[in-house]
Amino acid sequence: MNGAPARNLTAVGLQAAAQYLRDNGGRMQMAYALPRPAGGVEVRYLVAPADPASFALWCCAEDELPSLATIWPLLGWYEREMTDLYGVRFIGHPEPAPLVLPATTPAPFAERRAATVATGKDVLPEIRANDLQVLPFGPVRADVLESAGFSFVYVGEHIVHYHPDLFLKHRGMESRFEGLGTDAGVILAERVSAVGTVAHALAYCQAVEAACGCDVPPRARWLRSLLAELERVYNHLHYFGHLANTTTLRVGEAQGKLLEEQAKQINARLTGSRFLRGLLTPGGLRRDLDLGDWLSPALEALRAATADYVAMLERSDSHLDRLITTGHLSARVAFEQGATGPVQRASGIDRDVRRDHPYAAYADLPLEVPVSQQGDAHARAVVRAEELDNSIAMMQRILLLAPKGEVRTACAPVPGTEGLGWTESPRGSLFYAVHLGAGGRLARVKVKSPSFSNWRVFPSTVHDTNMMDYAINEASFGLTIAGCAR
Amino acid sequence: MALWTFWGLAKGSASTGWPRGAGGDGQEGMLGMPRLDAAACEKDCSACASVCPTEAIRVGDDKSVAIDYGRCVVCQLCTEACPTGAMAPTHDWAFGVARREDLLLGGTRGETVRPTDNQRRAFRRSLHIRHVDAGSCNGCESELQALNNPFYNLHRLGIFFTPSPRFADLLLVTGPVTHAMLEPLRETYAAMAEPRWVIAVGTCAVSGGISGGGYTSGHGLEGVLPVDVYLPGCPPNPAAIIEALLMFLGRVPQRVRAGRQEGARHG
Repeated sequence: MNGAPARNLTAVGLQAAAQYLRDNGGRMQMAYALPRPAGGVEVRYLVAPADPASFALWCCAEDELPSLATIWPLLGWYEREMTDLYGVRFIGHPEPAPLVLPATTPAPFAERRAATVATGKDVLPEIRANDLQVLPFGPVRADVLESAGFSFVYVGEHIVHYHPDLFLKHRGMESRFEGLGTDAGVILAERVSAVGTVAHALAYCQAVEAACGCDVPPRARWLRSLLAELERVYNHLHYFGHLANTTTLRVGEAQGKLLEEQAKQINARLTGSRFLRGLLTPGGLRRDLDLGDWLSPALEALRAATADYVAMLERSDSHLDRLITTGHLSARVAFEQGATGPVQRASGIDRDVRRDHPYAAYADLPLEVPVSQQGDAHARAVVRAEELDNSIAMMQRILLLAPKGEVRTACAPVPGTEGLGWTESPRGSLFYAVHLGAGGRLARVKVKSPSFSNWRVFPSTVHDTNMMDYAINEASFGLTIAGCAR
Repeated sequence: MALWTFWGLAKGSASTGWPRGAGGDGQEGMLGMPRLDAAACEKDCSACASVCPTEAIRVGDDKSVAIDYGRCVVCQLCTEACPTGAMAPTHDWAFGVARREDLLLGGTRGETVRPTDNQRRAFRRSLHIRHVDAGSCNGCESELQALNNPFYNLHRLGIFFTPSPRFADLLLVTGPVTHAMLEPLRETYAAMAEPRWVIAVGTCAVSGGISGGGYTSGHGLEGVLPVDVYLPGCPPNPAAIIEALLMFLGRVPQRVRAGRQEGARHG
C-alpha cells in the first residue's frame, strides 16, 4: 500500500508478529477487513514499528484468525466490527459480542450483517453486592448532546461498573464511499464527524494522493495546515467551555463558548463555512484562500483572549479541585487500549503524527508537543491549553511564510491502487485507507477516527469512581459519538 | 468565584441584538444554497446534476433543471462544475419553510405562512425545545450548542432547550434517523404533551441527505413524524436556526418560497 509497505502473514505468523511488535516498542494502529475480488476477506493490520518511523501493513487472508486482542487490547473493537460487518471469525476473542450492529437489528438493515456473526449480547458482568443499582441513561440525554446509551452499576455515589452503548448512530459511512468517484468521496469524508471535517477530509485526500502518486503544490500544503490548525483551535475552545460547564463555572463556560464562536466566525469569513467545509480535494484545494490582512490581527486577538481565559481557569480553585486526580488514566492502559491525541499525551505518551509522520506543511513548521505525566482530567486540559497556543503561533507563521502559487494539481484516479492517509485531528490520530477499484472508483474506504480509540479507553477511567465526577471526566476526554459510530 | 463575576461584568454584554436590535447576525462570508439562473444554462448541459452527491439536482427529459433544496448539502460542487455561472454560490442560508414543497425549485408557491392557530401563538414568548439526535454527524449539535453561547444568547428570545420531553412544545430532530434511534425518537415524541410540534434541522433530518438510506438509516423524518418546519443546511448555521424558530412562532416571515429566497441578504 502506498504509504505503508505490506507484508503477507499466515494466521500462525500473525500472533508471533503481534507479540514481537509488542515486545519491541512498536504500536498497533488499527485493523480493517478488505473484501477480495475472488471472494473472501483479507484482514489488514496497520502497525507503527518502533524503528524506522514509518507505518507497515500486515495482510492475512485466512478464514479463521486468532484474536490479537489479548496481545493488543485495543484491537478488541476492530475485531468485533469486522465480525459484525464482514463475518470474519476471530478465535479466542475475550468479548465475542456484536458491536456496531446488534443481533436484534431488523430487516432490511440486517441484510448487511454477515451470516456468521456472533449472536451474544454485550452484557454487563454479573456483580453482586448489597444496595446495588443499575441506571440506564440515554440515548436521549439532557441538553443538546449526541445520542448514546450508558449503563451505570452503582452503590450510592460509587460507580462499580460502567458500560457505554455508542453505536446507535452507526450510519455505515465506510460503505457509503463504495462506488463514488474520488472527488465526490471528499464530500462524504467531511461529513463523518463535522467537528473533525478538516482532519477527516485531509486524511482522505492524502490517502487518495498516495494511491495515485499525486504531488500537492506547496501553497496547498501550507493552507491545509492552516485549515487543520483552525479546526484545532475552535475544537479546543469548545472543550474548555464544555469542561467549565461540568465544573459549574458559569462565566468560564460562557467565555469558552464565546471564544469558540469567534473562532467559528473567523472560519466562515475565511472559507464560507464555519466547519471549514468545501475546500479540500484530492490534489490540493478547490480554490485559493485570500488570507487578507484581517486574519493575522484576528488570530492575535483570539490568542490573547485565550491566554487570558486559560490563565483565569488555572487560578480557579473550584475548577481545579474537580479536575485534579479525576479520571486518572495510566500510561500503560492508555497504550494498551489505544488512547490517542491529547488523552494519551496527558498520560505521558509522547506521540503526535504531525511530528512523527509529517504531512501537509508540518515538516516546515515549529511544532511543540506538550506532554504531561499526570494522566488526570487536569492534565488533559493543560495539554490542550498548550496546544491551543502552539496552534495559533503556527498559523501566524503560515500567514507569514505560505508560498504563492497554484493550489491544485490534477489527481487522476489510478484504478486498482491503494493508499494510506493520516492526520492528527484535535482529538488524536486519524487514518484513512483508500482502495480504488476498476474505473478508478472507490472500492473500500476504512476510517479510523480518534473517538473510536478514546471511547474504547474511557470506561477504564470510570469504573470505581464516583457519580459526581462522571460528567467532568467525560468532558475532559473531549469525545464525539459520530466519529466513533461512523 | 467572585473573581469570575467581576471579570464577566467588566467584559460587558457579548450578545447581538439581531434580528430586532443592533448587531449583526454573525454570518459574514457564510455560503448558502446555490442559486440557479436557468436562462444562463448551456443547451443540453447537466454538469451540475452529475456532480451532485445527493441527487438534489435533476435534469428532466425536457432539459429543465429541478432542484430539491431539501436534499442539498451545500457542498458547492455544482457551482464549480457549472460552465456558465448559471449555478452560482450565494449567502442564502435562511431556508426554513413550513411546507416541504417550498424547498423545490419550480414547485408550487405556498400561501404566506403565518401560524394562525391560537395554540401556537400562545408560545410566541416562551418556547421549550427538546432536541433528539437521530444519527447526525455532530455538525447540527455543534451549531445548536452555539445557540446558547453569549453571542446568540437564545434565551433573550424566550426560547429554551429543556431536558424533558414532558416540558417540551417543540421536538427538534437532527440526523437521517438510524434504525437504532427510531424507537427512542418515537418514544420521545409520544412523551410530549399536546399541543406539540416538530422541526427537522439539517438536510439529513429533512430528507436523509448524504447519510440517508443504506443498511442503517431511513430518510430523515419522512414517514416517521409529522413535520411543522423543515430547515435544510449542512449544517444550518445558528442564525438560520434562530430564523426558522422565529418563523415557526410567526415572529418573522418565511423567506423561501418555491426554492427561492426572497429579499437580498448581505448585498
